[in-house]
Parts: sequence; structure tokens; C-alpha cells
Amino acid sequence: MSDLLAARTQMALSLGFHIIFAEIGIAMPLLMVLAEWRWRRTNDEVYLHLAKRWAKGTAILFAIGAVSGTVLSFELGLLWPGFMGFAGPIIGIPFSLEGFAFFTEAIFLGIYLYGWERISARAHLAAGLIVAASGAASAIFVVMVNAWMNTPTGLTQSHGTLTGVDPISGMLNPSSFQQCIHMVLAAYAATGLAVAGLHAGILVWKRPSAFHKHALTLALLVGAPAAVLQPISGDVSARVVALWQPIKLAALEGQFETERGAPLRIGGLPNVDEGRTRGAIEIPHGLSLLAYHEFNSEVRGLASFPRALWPPVAVVHVAFQVMVALGSMMALVGLWSLVVLWRQHTTANSRRLLIALAIVTPFGFIATEAGWTVTEVGRQPWVIQGILKTSDAVTPMPGLVVPMTLFAVLYAVLAAIVVVLMRGLVRETQ
Amino acid sequence: MSDILSTAGKPEVVAGIIVLALNAYVLMGGADYGGGVWDLFASGPRRDAQRELIANTIAPIWEANHVWLIVVVVMLFTGFPAAFATVGIVMHVPLTLMLLGIVLRGSSFVFRSYGSQTGPSRRWWGTTFAIASVITPVLLGDVIGAITSGAVGFASNRISTASFASVYIEPWLAAFPLSVGAFALALFAFLAAVYLAHAAHDAELQEDFRKRALVMASAVLVTATVAMLLSSSAAPRVMEGVMFSGWGILIHVATGTSAVTAIVMLWKRNYAIARYAAAAQVSCIVWGWAFSQYPYVIPTTLTIHDSAAPEITLDLLLTGLGVGALVLIPSLWYLFRTFTARRRLTR
Repeated sequence: MSDLLAARTQMALSLGFHIIFAEIGIAMPLLMVLAEWRWRRTNDEVYLHLAKRWAKGTAILFAIGAVSGTVLSFELGLLWPGFMGFAGPIIGIPFSLEGFAFFTEAIFLGIYLYGWERISARAHLAAGLIVAASGAASAIFVVMVNAWMNTPTGLTQSHGTLTGVDPISGMLNPSSFQQCIHMVLAAYAATGLAVAGLHAGILVWKRPSAFHKHALTLALLVGAPAAVLQPISGDVSARVVALWQPIKLAALEGQFETERGAPLRIGGLPNVDEGRTRGAIEIPHGLSLLAYHEFNSEVRGLASFPRALWPPVAVVHVAFQVMVALGSMMALVGLWSLVVLWRQHTTANSRRLLIALAIVTPFGFIATEAGWTVTEVGRQPWVIQGILKTSDAVTPMPGLVVPMTLFAVLYAVLAAIVVVLMRGLVRETQ
Repeated sequence: MSDILSTAGKPEVVAGIIVLALNAYVLMGGADYGGGVWDLFASGPRRDAQRELIANTIAPIWEANHVWLIVVVVMLFTGFPAAFATVGIVMHVPLTLMLLGIVLRGSSFVFRSYGSQTGPSRRWWGTTFAIASVITPVLLGDVIGAITSGAVGFASNRISTASFASVYIEPWLAAFPLSVGAFALALFAFLAAVYLAHAAHDAELQEDFRKRALVMASAVLVTATVAMLLSSSAAPRVMEGVMFSGWGILIHVATGTSAVTAIVMLWKRNYAIARYAAAAQVSCIVWGWAFSQYPYVIPTTLTIHDSAAPEITLDLLLTGLGVGALVLIPSLWYLFRTFTARRRLTR
């Protein structure tokens, strides 16, 4: 394994690990605050029990998110000193803001978790709300950095050094808005539907109880609307990609030739040597319509770009298909849940819906990993699109396969322990 | 110091704020690591009570305290990107080991708090937490020592020409950086013992930590002396700055005064004042180190001025820090007030 590949793998593992905990850290606080609020409104002790349960889960997952996030902040320099030395003055500003948002989140989470008997009811609820809001703000600032890597603005350079920077314009780059919306919705949809799915499963196959019914309803209130809105946000995302990163669009759609009225390919496997995508279901004019909202608009194919600038096409295409397929199913189940919830004020009586919810439990997190793969692998060989190659950003230190292996083992062990602990938490409630 | 004040521009202000954040991390996050050290060395009839006090004191605040380190890292790469890149390259090995320590310390702490409360797994997490709490501060001190000694700057100029060992290993695996690591560990353990003596309600527990604090006060003195002696050959700039310059003597006097105050107050069992004196002592040490590095971020290759980000970035960073502080300082005050107040709301 080359050092560059080892560095990319370590970064991918670290981000792929952290993103799950980050998503949970954004959405779980909202759930626990909702439960506490219901308890204070209704005096129904089940809600208090639920709020404390969720708070306990949040405490564990937030801590893992915090330490894995620390690893990332260092890894930027340990693995990509060329990137940080170059881009630090621009991306440092959103990262600094993220630092403050994260600080606020950590402070008020401490107050929330350990302050039940130390502060007033109103203050406690407010602390939880601050945790939820600052969690979402953290995500927005971090995703702004990623958006900037996709569509960099606010810099002038000559011969690889910055001659002028405008961090504000960098933060407000063309991808920022849609990527931030897409990520925050993903966090609520993935976490909300995962929690709903867990409780739905217990309601169907284990003992039904008020605890699980309340939990299911609250989780759906957070997860289902986000899942329904996500395809709209995805459509906007794809159009921004079409406009600013046409090569990424071509890769994720498996579009090799430049074409008017390009078809939308569902499934299939791109073959870069043959220059075509085999086995896909093609919907005529679909891609032109989605990407530019015009029936016969021209979509640039990979062949119109130098081969050296192609991302790994098959990986990007398959990841994109996985994300869209899982996201679509989540949107459908989300919509179904909302209709049932609207009519019956609970979803606990519809066995079929409960089973569907149980099935989609992990979908959001898998879709997140797939989506992250699309945006990151789809930008290769660039770390900053069109400006800095990933291979020019990597550390000169040899032997990177060693830290990569260390972190891979560490993350695998941590993930296993977290799963065991979470199972224990869920079991205690049955 | 006068030349710093007369030439101070925005880069110096940002550098000063980074040191301030590092100082906060040492006083708060450092003490949490020190708590882990005392978990490892919990002993005697009140062994479990000691561990419980440590866990209860750390639990609500360690994550917030930990964020100071992230603030330091982020401000460093925003304000001094070239310095961050240099440290990232040359200090790859110790920083990676330190990260493993950070991850293991934090995760084992929550696993112990929230996992099964009985059986071998709990003991296993406790041991991991305690050992990681010892190793991490040593590596943090070691990295700072390596930077200060000039070895990082020297190695960064020879990345493509010198051997792997001389660029990536020798700068930090040397007597002086390791002595700074031992010094950092002693300082953190000292701080923690003083804080814990103050936090303990039980008189016997207070005595346990008072004794530990007094032992650690001498360990601080010993490790500081060793580091000083080694610095005369390994880091002559530090030696010169700390020992002979005007500000160096000033900081020496302040450090000495607060150290003596801390020991006397510990002796007299006045923990409230001992706590502030110990914090003042440690802060003086942090600032003494910072001034000894001036005007370098990475001695002796990157100065504050050479490696500073463009002015617009520094302006935005300072504005952001100002606004952030308005949110952060009251929040932190509220956090500490909530968990140090002896009273509890009755429900």
C-alpha cells in the first residue's frame, strides 16, 4: 500500500467513524429535550424515563464523537500538512467557529447530563436546547470547509502559494448552502429513523409498552420530516455539482460520453476501460432533466476530461446509487409514518409500518457513509478541487500504513464496545 | 518583554491567545489527566472513595475542559499554518501516540461510567483510563519540549535529506523533551491533587490528597530542575531566556512565590487558597515557556511574523474569538458554578 493510499484510508476511516457519532450528537439532544419537554408538560413519568435513557445514550456517543473529532483535528496536520499549510488561513475561520460551537455544546451537555437536580426546570430544558442548536451549528461550520474543498472561492494564488484570501467568501462558496442543509437533514433523518426503528422492532417482536410507543412517536417527529425533505435537498445538491463539478457528476452518474438528453442510470457498474456503464436501467432524458431541469440539456461526459483527472468512477457511481436507493426508501417510509401519525396519532398499531421502520433502522447511517464517499472520492485526485492535488498535500513521512493500521484496530474495537453498550442500554428498557 | 510589547502586532496577539488557551487547557484539562494519575495510584483504606471522588469531580466537566486543546490546535493552524504543518510532519509519531492516549482516556472513562458497574470490564476500563491518563501528558510535554529545543525546526529543514530516525524519531525521543514530559505529568498530578483536596468533603480524603499534593510539589521541583539542567545543552535559548533575561527573573520570582504559597497553604490545610496558588504557579510556568520561545513559533526556523496567516484571517480570527468569548466565558462560569456549588436544589 502506498503512503498516499494509507493516508487516504486513515482519513476515510477516521471521518467515516466520526461522522456517525457526529450525526447522533446533532439529533439525539433534540430527542432528549423533546422527551423532557413532554414530561414537564404532561407529567407522564414515562417521558422522564425516556429523556434520561436518551441522555445516557447521548453521553456515551457524544464522548466518542468528541475524542474522534480531536483525532481529526490533529490528523489534518499529521496526514495533510501540505493542505493545512496552504488552506489554513481560509478554512481556519469556519473551523474556529466550529470550535466555539463545539465548546458550547460540551459545556451545556455537561450541565444537562449532571444538572438534573442542580438547576431549575426551565434552565435544564434550555441547556438541552443549547446543546441541540450548537450541535447543528458545529456540523454546519465543518461542512462549510468540505464544501469549500469542492468549490473553492475566496483565494488568489500564484505558483502554489496564496497571494490573497477572503475567508468569508470561502465560507459562502457555491456548495456551502446545499451541503450544509443536506448534512443536517441527514443527521436528523439517520438518527431519528434509527431510533424509531429500534423501538419499532421492540414493539413488534418484544413486549410493547408505553415507553417504546412514546419513544417511537418522538423519534419519528424528528426523523420522518427530515427523511421526506432529504430527496429535495439531494436534487439541489446534484444540480450544484452539475454546475461546479461536472466531472464528479459524470462519475456519479456513470456518464462517459458528452450527451444531449442524457439518460438517468439506475444501478449498473461503470467500466472505465470500455468507457461505458453496463447493466444499468436507463431512464431516457432522466439525467438531463434532473441535472439541469431541461429535457435535452447537454451533460458532459468523463471522456471530455483528461483521464488523469478522473475520480475512481465505479466507487463513486456505486456509492451514489446506494445513497439514493436508501434515501428514497427512507423518504417513503418517512412519508408513510407521517400519514399514519397524522391519522391515528400513533404508529404503534400498524404492524406493517413497524416492520418497515425496523428494516430501515441502519439505512440512514449507511446512506451517510455512501454520500460521504461520493463527495470525497468524487473529488479525487484533488483535495481542493482544481487547486491542490491530494498527492501534493500528503505528509512526506514514510510508513503511513502503521498509523493507519493502529487507528483501524482502535476504531474497530471502539465500535464493537459501543454496540455492546448500546445493546445493554436498549435491553434494560425491555 | 519590552521588545515584545513594542513590536506586538496582530500575530503576537493571536500567539498570546493561543498560549492563553493552552494555559486554560493545562489548568482544566491537565488536572483531569492528573485525576487519572491518582486513579492509577489510588491506595490505602480509602482507595475506592478516592476513585469515586475523582470520577465525580471529572465527569461533568472533562469534555468541556478537553475542548481547550482543540481550540489550541485550530487557532494554531488558522493563525500559523506553516508552523502547524511543520509540527504535523516532524512530530507525527508522538502526536499519533498522544491521540491514542486521548481516545483511550476519554472512551474508557465513559465506558466505565456507563457500562456494567460490576465485573472485570469495569476494572479493565479503570486501568485503561488511568494508564492513558499518565501517558498522554508525558507525550504532550514531550512534543512541547521537542519544539522548544529547536529539534523540530532543525529536522524540518532536513526532511528530504536526513534519515527517518533523525527527522521523525530523534527530535522527540531525547532526554530534554522527555524530561519536559515528566515535568508536565508532575504538574498535572500536582494540580489534580490540590483540586481534589479542595473538592473532598471528607477530612480523611482531604488528607490523602493533601499528602499527594505535597509529594507532587517536590516531584515538580525535581523534574523542573532536571529539565533546566538538560536545557543548558539541549535548549540553550530556553535556559538563557528563563534564567538571565529581565522578564525571566520576573517570572521566576512569580513562579517561586506562588509555589511557596501553594505549599504553605497545603501545609496549613487552606485548600481554597492553595488551589489558586497552584494554578498561578502552573500558569507562570506556561508563560515562562512561551516567552522563552519568542519570537519563534518553531525555534529557530519559523518566527511569529514569518509564519502568521494573512492579516484578514487574523482580523476575522480575533473578531471571532471576541464574539466567542462573550458566549464562552459566561457559559464556563455557569458550568463550574453549577458543579462546585455545595447546595443542591431540592425537588
